[in-house]
Order: sequence, then C-alpha cells, then structure tokens
Amino acid sequence: MNMETTTNNQKKRGGPVLFSRHQLGEGIRKAIEIGRENILLEMKTSGLKGRGGAGFPTATKWMLTAATISDKKFIICNADEGEPGTFKDRVLLLEYPELVFEGMVIAGFTIGAKQGIVYLRGEYEYIRKSLEDYLDMMRKENLLGKNIACKKDFNFDIKIHLGSGAYVCGEETALIESLEGSRGEPRNRPPYPVNTGYKDHPTVVNNVETLASIPHIVTKGGEWFKKYGTDKSTGSKLFSVSGDCEKPGVYELPWGISIDELLEVVDAKNTKAVQIGGASGVCYPKSQFDRILAFEDAATGGSIIIFNENRNMIGVLKNFMEFFVEESCGQCTPCRIGNIKLLEGVSMIEKGQYTFSYINNLKQLAKTMQLASKCGLGQSSPNPFLSILENFKDEIFNPNRNGGSSGKE
Amino acid sequence: MLVLEKNAQSEIIEELVKDLGNNRSSLLEILQGIQKRYNFISDFAQQEVARLLNIHPVEVYSTISFYSFLHSKPIGRNIVRLCRTISCNMKGQKNIETAVIKELGINFGETTKDRRITLEYTNCLGMCDVAPAMLVNERVYTKIDPETAVKILKEIK
Repeated sequence: MNMETTTNNQKKRGGPVLFSRHQLGEGIRKAIEIGRENILLEMKTSGLKGRGGAGFPTATKWMLTAATISDKKFIICNADEGEPGTFKDRVLLLEYPELVFEGMVIAGFTIGAKQGIVYLRGEYEYIRKSLEDYLDMMRKENLLGKNIACKKDFNFDIKIHLGSGAYVCGEETALIESLEGSRGEPRNRPPYPVNTGYKDHPTVVNNVETLASIPHIVTKGGEWFKKYGTDKSTGSKLFSVSGDCEKPGVYELPWGISIDELLEVVDAKNTKAVQIGGASGVCYPKSQFDRILAFEDAATGGSIIIFNENRNMIGVLKNFMEFFVEESCGQCTPCRIGNIKLLEGVSMIEKGQYTFSYINNLKQLAKTMQLASKCGLGQSSPNPFLSILENFKDEIFNPNRNGGSSGKE
Repeated sequence: MLVLEKNAQSEIIEELVKDLGNNRSSLLEILQGIQKRYNFISDFAQQEVARLLNIHPVEVYSTISFYSFLHSKPIGRNIVRLCRTISCNMKGQKNIETAVIKELGINFGETTKDRRITLEYTNCLGMCDVAPAMLVNERVYTKIDPETAVKILKEIK
C-alpha cells in the first residue's frame, strides 16, 4: 500500500450528509426491506442530481433504466476522475469505499442489474488493491455475490476495470467505449446509455459521489437529504479545494454556499480569481464572489482552484488550453481544431501580438465549439477562454503587462 | 526478436487472453497486461492479440495509440510522470522539471541511455491538495520539491 496518499488524507472526517455516520450493510438491508418502488420514491424526493458536474437527476436516470426491459443491465461507477483540480473521488474511494459499493448494490437491486463495474482511472492504480480487498470482505459478509443479505435471487457483483490515462473517458459514452475495449471516443447521443449502454444493454453510469450519497438517502430518507442545500440543488457537495489557500483539501459543504464563504473556510487571502468546475469550468473575478455554488448559479463537479493577486491569468488560461489540446480525442473537428486555434490565440496574446478583430473571431469560434462539439469536452473547453478573457481583460490586454511587447513605456 | 522469445511471448499472450476472455471487450485489459509485463506492446504482440481476438491488427494499434499509458515503442524500465496541471504548476512544478532534466540529462518524452527511466508529463493526478505530485510507475509522490524529486529518481532501479 502506498504511504504517501493514505497519510496525507485526514482519517474519517465527519460532515453533515456524505460524511455522516454509516454502518456497513445498513443501506443494503434497508433497501431490501423497503423495496424497489420506495427506493425510487425516496430518490425522487431527495432531488439528488449527478455529482460529476452535469447535474442530471439521478432518480430519472434510474427510473428510465428500471423501466427498460432487457435480460442484462449494468451499473457503472465512473471513477475516471480527470478534471483538473478534482480529487474528491480519491478520498471517497480510499476512506469511504463502503458507501460507493453499497450505492452500487442498491442501484443494482433497484433497476435489476447483476453486474457492477468500477471504471477506475489508470492514475489511481494504487487504490485498486484496497478496493479489491474491500470487495472480498463484502463478499464474506454476504453483501455481494449470491442471495445478498439473505434476499433470495438477489445476485450482484462488482469488478474493477482500470483506465489507461485518457481524460475524455470520464464522458459516459466514451467510458463505455473504453470498457468495451475500444478507443475512448464519445458516441452520438441519443441513444442514451439508459437504453443502449455497455454491450448495448441498459446501463446506469453514476459518479462516485452520487453513488456514495445513496446509502444515506435510503437509510435516512429523501426528506432528510433535502434539508440541506437549496431548492434546486439538494444535499451537500464535496468540494476539492486547491491553489492559493492555507487549507487545501476536500470539504463537505451544503449547496448554496457563496464563493466568499468558501474562501473563508479554506483560509484564502488576497484572492484575485476562483476557477469553479475545473479546467472546463468558469473563472470568477473578485466582483462576483457573492455568487453561490449550486446547479442554478455557479455549477461545479466540485473543483475549486484559487488564484491570488500574484498569478498571471493569461498563463493560467494557457495551461488550461494546453490541457484541452492534449486531451481532445480528435473525433470531431470543432474540438480537435478549435482548441488548437484557441491555444494559438492565447500564445499570441501572451506575446502581445494580437489584434482585437482576431480575438473577436476566436470568441466566435469558441461559441461555435460550444454548440457544435460532439461531447462535453469540446462544449465546455471554451468556458475558461471566454470567462478569463472577459473577466480579466484589464489585466490581459494591458500593453505593460509582463511579457507584452506592444506596449509603450 | 529470436524465435524462442517469440514463442515465449505468444504463450504469455495466449494465457492472458484465456484469463481475460477471448472477446473484443477484453482488448484493453489484455493490452494493459502486456504493457505491464513487457513495458511496451511490440508489433509482434499486437499481431498476436489481433490473431487471438480475430480482429484486424490496426484495431489493436488504434487502441494503443489512443491511451497515454499504452506504448507501442520500447520505453524505460521505470516511467516517471510529472503532473503539469495548474494546481501543481502553481506550487513549483517548473522547478522540479528543471532539476529533473538536469539530473537525468534528458528531456520530457525521452528515455535515459541505460533504459532506467522514461520521463513524461501527465495531466491532473488528483493530488492537487498536496501538490506538486509525481507518479513513478504506479506509485504517487506528493508535496515534492526539486531535492526530493531527484532523490526519488536516484533510488529507483
């Protein structure tokens, strides 16, 4: 096992929802007791939305899959956590694997699946051993395998599939392609995985954090879950905070907290900008720190990167665009070529060799990419480009900026 | 490659295919297995996999070329990946980069002459709270500085 990662995580943290007390097996037993329909009802009441960032209502996804008739169905746990600045899934998998696996078993029970697959990103290979051990333990406790928790004919097992270093595989259809042994290129949607997923069978693909919320909802009820957060974003969220602050790490906070409040919690000083939602998210300047973190305002999969007064925002943007150029799968043109053009534009701005008419053309291109790209990668990669150029134009288009060559003394 | 080596490799690939299943959807896992054992997936290995799964070798190659953890050319015995995403970048990744390049005398994307280390960049390792981070084979090191990074590289065989 790996010393570096486990010692760096604080052990069992405690928190209002996700990190609240839970006993292994509790969720599965309760689920069997209340039955499929009541689970779906509780899920619906809870208003749980997908925690990967897109925010699709989980109850709807499950109902659609449960309603589809097929001899085989699958539950996939999306642990391909690749978004820059996100590390909550690592913490969940290392410290709370029981919640994730129980969530998968409950999902399997509800929609009638017999097989669960954890798609673990290649970079997290060192977590695999502890997860396998945990699965073995659950098999011994009769919480996995045949006739789970003495429920006749309820069979479900989980296997772990390792990724091989591709950001785009976090997109659910690309993930399925990868599981099927192909290049991880996103599929056209529709058909959605709820109908035609893994090996063309109905498949639920849920984020690690979404699955980890489920045992709590089943045992404590949807109403309890709804007490936290806002009307449209119920429950709490794990925020992965990094960058210029005193206390980086994973924080469980209710939805609806403002950026200012969050900065206070993590002890950030002289903050100039906050990137919310990772590289594919939006960068907020100081004047907008009263915005709230919620699906209806500043939506995020949990990544919060903080920049202080000394950071050069065009350099930050260049780092993000280099990331997208490398990780674009190359399947569709807007994303493959568009990201390269945006990166070229950023380099030109950095050197001070730009005209505003060209920058405006690039902004048009960015908007086209948002509309015309096939999957979330190309649709959201223009976000940092547009938001940083807009929110920090005084800094970026200042001829005296360090590195600018067009300026007069 | 010698005939003997070829036969040995064929046997190992056959074994892998038997374990993981003789179908298209096992392809990625089979390739990961070969990568782990041989450090790269040779043309010969690609053809063997294609033969056993009854698919075209180009499908095997296209899968390898897609994933950054699979290699079709030989690499070093150890692969060192330095995270260059923004959170690590802000915590002094460039200093580590310079120190490592100087120490090993190679650039990123290259392999040392003794085939001990291949140096690569990687995107976010999910260690942003304990940045900067470096992945040595499957093992991750966090909160490194130029001095510890060089020390870690010295220690790997």
